[in-house]
Amino acid sequence: MVKASIEARGDLRLTRLTKTYGDFTAVDDLSLTIPKGSFFALLGPSGCGKTTTLRMIAGLEEPTAGSIHLGETDITTTKPYQRPINTVFQNYALFPHLTIFENIAFGLRRRGQKDVKEAVEKVLNLVELPHLAQRKPTQLSGGQQQRIALARAIVNRPALLLLDEPLGALDLKLRRQMQIELKWIQKEVGLTFVHVTHDQEEAMTMADTIAVMNEGQIEQMGSPADLYDNPETAYVANFLGQSNLIKGTISGNDGDSLIVDLYGQKISLPKNRSHAIDNSTYAGIRPEKFRISLLNTETRGNVLTGGHIEDVSYIGVSTQYQVEMPWGQELMVFEQNDDGVAPFNKGDAVNISWEPTFTFALRGDEDVTAGSQIEPEVLDEE
Amino acid sequence: MGKNRTPYLLLLPGFGFLFTFFILPIINLAQTSTQTRVSGGDTGQYEQTLRFANYVDAFVDNKEQFGRSFLYAIIATVLALAIAYPLAYAIAFKSGKYKNLLLVLVVAPFFTSFLLRTIAWKQILGEEGFLVPTLRSLGIISQSTTLTSTSFAVVMGMTYNFLPFMTLPLYASIDRIDPRTLEASGDLYANGLTTFRRVTLPLSMPGVVAGTLLTFIPAAGDYVNAAILGNPNTKMLGNVIESRYFKIVDYPTAAALSFTLMAAILILVTLYIRKAGTEELV
Repeated sequence: MVKASIEARGDLRLTRLTKTYGDFTAVDDLSLTIPKGSFFALLGPSGCGKTTTLRMIAGLEEPTAGSIHLGETDITTTKPYQRPINTVFQNYALFPHLTIFENIAFGLRRRGQKDVKEAVEKVLNLVELPHLAQRKPTQLSGGQQQRIALARAIVNRPALLLLDEPLGALDLKLRRQMQIELKWIQKEVGLTFVHVTHDQEEAMTMADTIAVMNEGQIEQMGSPADLYDNPETAYVANFLGQSNLIKGTISGNDGDSLIVDLYGQKISLPKNRSHAIDNSTYAGIRPEKFRISLLNTETRGNVLTGGHIEDVSYIGVSTQYQVEMPWGQELMVFEQNDDGVAPFNKGDAVNISWEPTFTFALRGDEDVTAGSQIEPEVLDEE
Repeated sequence: MGKNRTPYLLLLPGFGFLFTFFILPIINLAQTSTQTRVSGGDTGQYEQTLRFANYVDAFVDNKEQFGRSFLYAIIATVLALAIAYPLAYAIAFKSGKYKNLLLVLVVAPFFTSFLLRTIAWKQILGEEGFLVPTLRSLGIISQSTTLTSTSFAVVMGMTYNFLPFMTLPLYASIDRIDPRTLEASGDLYANGLTTFRRVTLPLSMPGVVAGTLLTFIPAAGDYVNAAILGNPNTKMLGNVIESRYFKIVDYPTAAALSFTLMAAILILVTLYIRKAGTEELV
């Protein structure tokens, strides 16, 4: 039994997983399959249940209901030390009394593995820190500790590697570098990575598949491009990047497209990007998909006229505009500074246009602010 | 140099105090320890003769109490550690919002006097207390067995009296352990016992060392527990020193015994720290 679970391999299946603390439901009837060998991200703001889900997979929390399977093996009630799963903890949780070598060797020694030295040296080379073997964790920088925490987990060749906000404590530049390294290491070792983060950019850089979580449930799951280009809910549209959501009515059909009336102006969008359930809808367009042109100049695709520029922020690679539309809504537009055209000025009367395929449609009863008002997460120290 | 005299000025009161109330008396005591009685003089009249044989005499005459002091102190220290470790662990990790209340309860005994609490143990262990009749009716001790005035009572009194000195450093040390390192240990295939042995215990070693020293050192020199809870056959070195000084007025022997005790404790403690220190404390 013990041996069976420690050697379990295969896809991770969460079935109707639920965790409640008193009246509070942290994870609510969540079902999910994570294919073997994939890099999977659970993305959401703090309190969305992503860390609780991770802790249940690790065995550090017991589910209130539901089951966890690894391949064909039920590991729902298996003790953490009997699961073939290792975790890279937030803030790393390295053993301060042991050397780096012994930190990495810890799991191998517990399982009585031979050739500990060889395995540790190999993984130290993989994370490019072989010279630190005899140091103590406190003598290492944050980035180095992060790599050692990763090495300590992957040296055990687990069926599943869990990463709990692994880059949260690093500065931006180092974080970018580690994102690329983590992705590379995952390909190199071929393990299944489950990554929990509140940072949408981090999730999009690394993961093959992202599950966006909200209030203990999965809001939407898919590849980074899917989620970004075709969000199903306002929450996803706002949490992953920024979106302009414009209230409208579906007024007709045109082959594979829907015709949508936005405050009297008609636009079209692909049917397969519509998640509306009746005629009322919100048309969604990402700010960088918009083009701005002065009135009376040529435009193509969907066009909204009657805007004027309310605010201009020049930020180097792009210029960000706030364009006030006749119905009072301000739209966000990001223009690449790559066309030699002088930026528009505040007060200019403009048209906004974009390619119809870049439009998605949400249900008309959505809360358009969902997911956009979330405070940047403060990593809790507990 | 000379510019930054602040550290020295800050050290001055402490040094002054230690010099007056520790260094000077120690020198005085050292002088006393080699004195001999003035022949034909009054009781308590001694002169310096540099008689180092005082030490040998004092030791040979009180070997038994010497051994007993260390035996009792070691037993009391081990018992206190066994009681305090789970207690400190529970306060640090399992007490939730009651943490501060429990810490106050640990030090609460200090609100009453040491003597009073020790005398209270006489009643707890006495014939009229609840303990002896209960143990007798359960057949754990025989009808004729008493607990007062026994070595058991002395060791219990010492264990009890020094328990907070063991608990507090242990708590401070265990409380500093990041609970995630314990989770990480479980995550890396260590069961509860292995996690304790490989992670919790090594990380709490500074507390174990501090707690055992704070218990063992005063316990080895203690005389109150033996005086109140013991009998003439449970006398510790502290009792001998006390009676030599105040009853027999044999200052040189009392001084020689004090120095011997101090030296013995120093040697034991040094060996202990060397041994415990091999784990490389954090």
